Amino acid sequence: MLNNPAILTVVRFVLLLLAQVLIFNHLNFFGFINPLVYVLFFYWYPIRENRAVFILVSFLFGICVDIFSDTLALHTVASITLAYGRPIIMRFCFGANFDFQGFTFKNSTRIQRVTFLALLILTQQIVFFSLEMLSFAHILLILKKILFTTIATFIISLLLSSLFAVENE
Amino acid sequence: MQRIINFILSYRNTFLYIFLLLISLVFTLRSHSYHQSKFFNSSRWLTGSIYNTADGITSYFNLKEENERLATENEKLRLQLFNRSENSGIGDSLVINYEVVNAKITKNSYASPRNYLTIDKGKRQGIAQDMGVITTKGILGIVENTSNNFATVQSILNTKSNINAKIKNTNYFGSLIWDAKKYNVVQLIDIPRLVPVKVGDTIVTGAMSSIFPENIPIGVIKNYNLNEAQSFYNIDIDLFNDMANIKNIYIIKNRNREEVLELEKRTEDAE
Repeated sequence: MLNNPAILTVVRFVLLLLAQVLIFNHLNFFGFINPLVYVLFFYWYPIRENRAVFILVSFLFGICVDIFSDTLALHTVASITLAYGRPIIMRFCFGANFDFQGFTFKNSTRIQRVTFLALLILTQQIVFFSLEMLSFAHILLILKKILFTTIATFIISLLLSSLFAVENE
Repeated sequence: MQRIINFILSYRNTFLYIFLLLISLVFTLRSHSYHQSKFFNSSRWLTGSIYNTADGITSYFNLKEENERLATENEKLRLQLFNRSENSGIGDSLVINYEVVNAKITKNSYASPRNYLTIDKGKRQGIAQDMGVITTKGILGIVENTSNNFATVQSILNTKSNINAKIKNTNYFGSLIWDAKKYNVVQLIDIPRLVPVKVGDTIVTGAMSSIFPENIPIGVIKNYNLNEAQSFYNIDIDLFNDMANIKNIYIIKNRNREEVLELEKRTEDAE
């Protein structure tokens, strides 16, 4: 059943959403670090996707995270930006290989995948935290939050992504 | 015409992205300055139920601590009860201005600049927007949105929060705000320069609010300095509440609130 990419995506949607809002939103390391692990949804989403569908699904996903966390539409903006920017990031990380029809994660190196994940996280955090504060007076606070949350998100996402390694893509 | 359509079709993903981005931005920026959205908040049935279920599992871990806290409060209340004079009139139902409903927090948040809590009581239990929320130790926030069985509370740790507060046993009042930096420190502004301020003074809610009763504890003064214009104090306040660890709360309903608001409105209209 889990070989069907659509069902797999739905399962990831629900599980990542619940993991984010029930566990990771309440971690509060040092009082302010809450890893935004839902970025893995964008890391795992099938590569040969219909872009419009991907953006719409991300919109829905972002809204769901937002409703649970009472964060207006901040996660939504971060999500659709990730969905829209993902092909660009992928082309940057995987180079010319990405344009071949048969490209999968299997024929990429580990470094490439880690860079891909790191760039996704960085994009997400920059969009999210600058909109969250929306004030230049708080620029230091924003940078501090981006830095530490990025590190925390990166470590936890790396652990989760190797725990649930993608076998069939 | 054909070329315009072709142009739109070839950039359809970009247009879709920009369209969705605009929707989200309008939505975000509007709520930045005004109330939280009525529909997209965690007091809804589905989110409320999920938080409630999750809370049912995790709340056991703090039971002992929470019991101790409530027992300490009972002790304090008993002390007040036994030492009050017989004719103070507390038992008289006519003088009850405030009703109190207890509730539990099912979702707490304090790391974001705009924190909202979700609680397990709603419209059916008589909760409505703009009721005050306190804990055993002090002030917590104001009810923002309600559904049938749940409600969201705008925490004092919210950059939109603005509550009337004063220095205890004086009548110098100012506004309680939060600068989003530390979750255990809030700011009191608009206290005039001539007021004698000391580190360690207690800050309580003021009488200018129709939401909170007067003299609910908030915190103690941590440090203070004058603002840019050198005419008012900016005071940092250490909160009595440990905002990271709260469970049982009380919602305060002011019976006279409608009357006060109506009167204020009529006075304004008459001017």
